Amino acid sequence: MEFSSITETLKTIRSKKISVEELSKIFIKRIKDNKNLNAFIYFNEENIIEKSREIDKLNNNLFLKGIPLAIKDLFCTKNMPTTAGSKILSNFHPTYESFVTQKLLNQGSVFVGKANCDEFAMGSSTTTSFFGNTINPASPQGKQLVPGGSSGGSAAAVAAKLCLGATGTDTGGSIRQPASFCGVVGMKPTYGLCSRWGIVAFASSLDQAGIFANSIEDASILMKEIAGYDSNDSTSAKTIIPDYYKNLNRDVRGKIIGVPKEYTLPGISDEINTVWEDAIKLFEKGGAKIKKISLPHTKYALPTYYIIAPAEASSNLARYDGVKYGFRSNEKNSLDEMYELTRSEGFGKEVKRRILIGTYVLSAGYYDAYYLKAQKVRKLIADDFTIAFKDCDFILTPTTPSQAFQIGEKEEDPIKMYLNDIFTVPASLAGIPGISVPFGKSKEQLPLGIQLLSKHFDEQTILNAGFYLEKNNE
Amino acid sequence: MNNLIKGTKFEWETIIGLEIHAQVKSNSKLFSSSSTKFGSKPNSQVSLFDAAMPGMLPVINEFCIKQAIKTGIGLKAKINHYSVFDRKNYFYADLPQGYQISQYKHPIVGEGVVTIDFSNGESKDIRIVRLHLEQDAGKSLHDQNPAKTYVDLNRSGVALMEIVSEPDLRSAEEAALYITKLRSILMYLDVCDGNMQEGSLRADVNISVRKPGENYGTRCEIKNLNSIKFIKQAIEFEAKRQIGILEEEGEIEQNTLLFDSLIGKTRPMRNKEEAHDYRYFPDPDLLPLEIEDNLIQSLVKEIPELPDERKKRYINDFHLSNYDSSVLTSEKQTSDYFDKVLEVHNDLKGSAKLVANWITSELFAILKKHSLDILQSPISPEHLGSLIKLISSDKISGKIAKEVFEEMFQSKESPEKIVKEKDLIQVTDTKEIEVIIEKILNDNQDKVKDFKEGKTKLLGFFVGQAMKESKGKANPKKLNQILLNKLK
Repeated sequence: MEFSSITETLKTIRSKKISVEELSKIFIKRIKDNKNLNAFIYFNEENIIEKSREIDKLNNNLFLKGIPLAIKDLFCTKNMPTTAGSKILSNFHPTYESFVTQKLLNQGSVFVGKANCDEFAMGSSTTTSFFGNTINPASPQGKQLVPGGSSGGSAAAVAAKLCLGATGTDTGGSIRQPASFCGVVGMKPTYGLCSRWGIVAFASSLDQAGIFANSIEDASILMKEIAGYDSNDSTSAKTIIPDYYKNLNRDVRGKIIGVPKEYTLPGISDEINTVWEDAIKLFEKGGAKIKKISLPHTKYALPTYYIIAPAEASSNLARYDGVKYGFRSNEKNSLDEMYELTRSEGFGKEVKRRILIGTYVLSAGYYDAYYLKAQKVRKLIADDFTIAFKDCDFILTPTTPSQAFQIGEKEEDPIKMYLNDIFTVPASLAGIPGISVPFGKSKEQLPLGIQLLSKHFDEQTILNAGFYLEKNNE
Repeated sequence: MNNLIKGTKFEWETIIGLEIHAQVKSNSKLFSSSSTKFGSKPNSQVSLFDAAMPGMLPVINEFCIKQAIKTGIGLKAKINHYSVFDRKNYFYADLPQGYQISQYKHPIVGEGVVTIDFSNGESKDIRIVRLHLEQDAGKSLHDQNPAKTYVDLNRSGVALMEIVSEPDLRSAEEAALYITKLRSILMYLDVCDGNMQEGSLRADVNISVRKPGENYGTRCEIKNLNSIKFIKQAIEFEAKRQIGILEEEGEIEQNTLLFDSLIGKTRPMRNKEEAHDYRYFPDPDLLPLEIEDNLIQSLVKEIPELPDERKKRYINDFHLSNYDSSVLTSEKQTSDYFDKVLEVHNDLKGSAKLVANWITSELFAILKKHSLDILQSPISPEHLGSLIKLISSDKISGKIAKEVFEEMFQSKESPEKIVKEKDLIQVTDTKEIEVIIEKILNDNQDKVKDFKEGKTKLLGFFVGQAMKESKGKANPKKLNQILLNKLK
């Protein structure tokens, strides 16, 4: 058996054709055969086997019994270290399990390892990780492409079938962009749908847990399991979680699809625009109606994001000071020196860059001009979507402005790197759900993705639309 | 009231504003469920959140919010329906998150007022600018090891209310009255235990001086004073220091100071290069706090009688003086004791002044001598009332009463029982007293003769002898009366 989908694998396990232990061994072999991808920061064979044996004894009806999952190394896990891809947390072993991963454990899933990611989720390439680059499994012979980021390890692991699903976090596109680069489904739900409790914080008002899977069906199953209210997260939403999988419906007849004119940008490759048009035509063929819409403040989204996210990060990362846990520099003669050296040595370049930006935009005299203004623009961007959704059911855009690029290609130009998020950031600022569905191929036969966006807490609509797209993507 | 300080050249006015940090009385912390108990083993009351572990989030403690609202009501202040928690960013070893969650632009409570009372019966309103909630920091322990600093996070995250006054205070004395009154209000409201020694109430003092009528001068802030005595000393020292500089044509440098209580002087805490930019911004982990009218209204109903109202009641209902009323009401426990005496002994209402005197003189003295507070008093309000009734109904004399009082303190017995057992009931029976007097006069016939010949000073001698004979129990008034009659 291929063991590439959750739905099929669940059937096989429940019918006892294979034990969880046997299944895990298959995936352990796959992981070992693909070490070169460097998809995992932490992988422990014995632990997986031991856990699998425990799960074999559990109730057969668990929703994820035996399903091997990769966990982005931003989720705190009790039985595996948690590094956030950073030297500063390289020796950190949480005594607690994040809300989201606990829910997945409760349903009998097997965590095969902690997936690599950009340091503190800051990046679009998984090249800022202290634990080395992850290679995109779609890389052609002789080339090493980035898997995207920040959840690059998760996306790569799912694409290479090293697991059947993975968790990720998305702050400005960190799930959708790597999903597109690696050719898998990646979903960031509405802000507040999943608890942030136990997820290493990057930018609290934007961070949201989500999932990677090889199909819309699998994504629907995982999405339901990680969503839900948590009284320990004040920004968590009290809302009923639908059975996305059961409700899947690929009929798009009569649906109105918004196509924002502001997403047609100079410098975007033709192949991206071609794929976008192909997707539009496909939906029309299925009976949907296309509506040109306007999201007038789109052009401010990226600068707004790169003020708000670093500002929150500069404060969120202040706790990594060498005092309580994590890395502490050996050279220290005073408290201030310990801070300086610990943080200079413990954080990588990109993280330091964002801490500096964030500190700057919050400083006395600059707060109003940057942070306060950015908050106001954020509101306008969110309003754009609210208005747009009065006229359409969901919005269709490309996920990324290009195919996966080569490792090292954009390292020296952070602005170029930041442009990767141009299509994904507006939805993050608005807090609305977004999904990237594999669709089409670039000229070099690399995966591309289509992004679907919907109203707050209307995950079902884009899962359904994605379901249609997926089934007709031949 | 003239509060001016005479310098060598001019007269100066001191301008003072206080920021009080009052620890909210609550079993758990502002954003976590850890205990707030004082004096526990270091780091034994620290949750994952308090230690700023990655991914941990604050969850607001509703009880602390209610305590802050009650305080606002007690300060006659505006309760803000919308308030925001901000992050105040700075690095310190005992600040685990690298920021303190506080309220900056939108505090939970707005403008209010505290009335202070002077001993001459006058009052003055001190305006409150705002009250906001914030987290306390942990403690750095520098004295455990010569080469190391240890950090205790038990206090980290405990809820504080910062209560900021306008610069309405004009002397160390006023500042002391203000903090005493504020403390009293907080304790009446049961929102702070008022324990200054344990740091439940600390003050930052903003102080400047000016010539009367001129604009405010440059101010300095004296941080973290934890006793009323130190607050007074610090203000007095700092005012003189500033006057000294200004009279020498110098300039005051705006600065943050610490008060060294051992030498009684202020000194700069940090220099300018270390001045913080706290980079306040709304905490994205917390939603803005929205308080509905219903909640405020239900809390209004929970507000007990506060010192000012109680004082008014004492003056109006019991005709106590302004001063007596202030003394009784300044500590809730004292005032509760007084009320209890009158509650149990309804018939003492006319003798409220006597009750007040017994509490503030005899009871205070004996408690102080034994280092007890009024809640620990072996003499219950019921018993004290009974004693006072024995006096006012002439059953025992004032002198005997003091003996009985001592006995009550030792044995915790009721005064009636003590008086009965020791046979201390005052002799008011005329015949009985007459018998005693007859005996004394008979035994001292020579002195009776001297008296009748004009040595009227001997009256005291006869009184003394008769009293002695009655073992102090004779009613002095009656004794005098009968004696004078017999000696005619």
